[in-house]
Amino acid sequence: MSDIVEGMLAAFRLIFSLDADLFEIILLSLQVTLTAVIIASLIGMPLGAWLAVNRFRFRRITIAILNALMGLPPVVVGLIVYIMLSRSGPFGVLNLLFTPTAMVIAQVIIITPLIASISHQAIRDLWAEYHDLLISLNTTKWQRMLTLIKDARRSLLTASLAGFGRAIGEVGAIMIVGGNIDHLTRVLTTAIALETGKGEFAFALALGFILIALAILVNLAIHSISKTERASNW
Amino acid sequence: MVSSILPLKVENARVEKRGNRIVGPINLDISPKGFTIIMGPNGSGKTSLLRLLHGLENPRGGSLDWNGSTETAQLHQSFVFQTPIMLRRTAIENIIYPLILRNIPKDEALKIAKEWIGKINLEKSTDINARFLSGGEKQKLAIARALATKPQLLFLDEPTANLDGSATREIEALLQETHKAGTRIIMTTHNIGQGKRLAEDVMFIYRGNILETSNAKQFFKKPQTKEARAFIDGDILE
Ligand SMILES: Nc1ncnc2c1ncn2[C@@H]1O[C@H](COP(=O)(O)OP(=O)(O)OP(=O)(O)O)[C@@H](O)[C@H]1O
Ligand SMILES: [Mg+2]
Repeated sequence: MSDIVEGMLAAFRLIFSLDADLFEIILLSLQVTLTAVIIASLIGMPLGAWLAVNRFRFRRITIAILNALMGLPPVVVGLIVYIMLSRSGPFGVLNLLFTPTAMVIAQVIIITPLIASISHQAIRDLWAEYHDLLISLNTTKWQRMLTLIKDARRSLLTASLAGFGRAIGEVGAIMIVGGNIDHLTRVLTTAIALETGKGEFAFALALGFILIALAILVNLAIHSISKTERASNW
Repeated sequence: MVSSILPLKVENARVEKRGNRIVGPINLDISPKGFTIIMGPNGSGKTSLLRLLHGLENPRGGSLDWNGSTETAQLHQSFVFQTPIMLRRTAIENIIYPLILRNIPKDEALKIAKEWIGKINLEKSTDINARFLSGGEKQKLAIARALATKPQLLFLDEPTANLDGSATREIEALLQETHKAGTRIIMTTHNIGQGKRLAEDVMFIYRGNILETSNAKQFFKKPQTKEARAFIDGDILE
C-alpha cells in the first residue's frame, strides 16, 4: 500500500520536475497511439458501415472473423509484424523494424478489428432505423454509408476511444517491434515494463499513474468536444 | 414540364412473406390524377400494398409498369411512413437531405427547406433535432420532406393514425392543397371520417385482395361487397 502512495508522490514529482526524457516518452506514446487510432478508424469505420449495408454471401462469417480478431493476442501480432519487417522478411527492405512506424503498424492491426466491430454494431442499429427511408429516397450504397457514418458519429467516437484505450495500454507487441530503445521507441508502457524489471517499483508506478491520467485526459477532451457540438446542434 | 410517370399498370403482382401470400394477385391502373384512399381492417395488407407500389417490396410474379422507366418513376414519388422516420439531424436538415441527394445546390436547398418549415409552422423548431419533435410535428416534417422534392405521386401510410384532432386537421389541409396542386395521392387510413373527407376514390382491401375500387361517394353510400358494408357500418371484421 505504501508503495502505491510512494508511486503517486513520485508521479507528481516527476511531472513537476519537467523531466525532458519523461515528456519525450509521453509524447511518443501519444503520437504512436493517436496515429494508430486515426488510421484504424479510417479503415474500421467504413468497413463497419460497409458490412452493415451490404448483403453478400460470406457476410456472417466475415463478421464472425472480425469479432474473433478483436481478441487477437498482441504478442502474436507483434511477433508476426516482427517477422514481416525483419531483414529477411518480405518488408525487410523498408527498414522499419525498431521504429515508431513499426509500432503504429502493430497497433493498427490490433485495434482495427475492435473499431470496425463496434462501428458495425452502431451502424447496423442506425441502418435498421433508417432502412426504409433511405431505400425510399433512392440512395446509392455510398450515400447510405456516408449518411450512416455521419449520423452515427457519436457512437463511432466511442469506437475510436475504445481503440485508443486498448492501444495506449498495449505493451507486448510494441515491445517486440519497437524494441524499447531509449530516445527512439520507448513509450510509457515499455518504460514501465523496463523499470519493473529493474526493481524500480516507485518509478514504474509513477509512470503507470501518468499513463492512466493521460487516458482519462484524452477521453475527457474528446467528450467535451462532442458536447460542444451537441450544444450547438441539439 | 417533366413527363408523367403515370399511369401505372399493375398486373398480377403479389407480396409474399415467408411463403405466405400477403397481398395479391393485384391488378390495377393508377391514373395520373386523383386522391385515392385505401381502406381495410388491420392486417388486411394496406401497408404492404403501398410498399409494393412504391417499390419497397419486391413483387412475387406479375409486374409494375410505369409510364417511362422505373428509375425515373422512383425519382418522382415520395413515401410517408406510418411511424415517421426522422434522420438524427435538425428539422431543417431533414428537409434538405433528399434535395441534396438530387444534386440541388446547397443554397437553393436551404431556401426550399425554409419555405417548407414555414408552411408547416415549425419555424421555432428549425434547428431542433428532429427526434425531439412531437409526434404531430414529426409527421408534418415527414410530409414536408416528402413534398419538397415535388413528387408527382405521394404515398402516405396512415399519416394521422397517432395524432390528435388539430394535428390531423392541419395535415389534411396540407394534403388537400397538395392534391389541388396536381399531385397524385394514394393514402391508407382506418378512419372512415377521414376517408369521407379526403377520398375521390376508395380502394377496399380485405385479406390481401382488393375487393372494391370505386368513387368515394358511391363507396360510402352503397358499397358493393358485404365486407365493405360491414366495415363502413363499424362491424368487427376478422
Ligand atoms: N415482414 C413480414 N413477415 C411476415 N408477415 C408480415 C410481414 N409484414 C407484414 N406481414 C403480414 O402481412 C399482413 C398484412 O400486413 P400489413 O402491414 O400490410 O397490413 P395493414 O393493412 O397495413 O395493417 P394495419 O392496419 O394494422 O396497419 C399481416 O397479417 C402481417 O402480419
Ligand atoms: Mg399498416
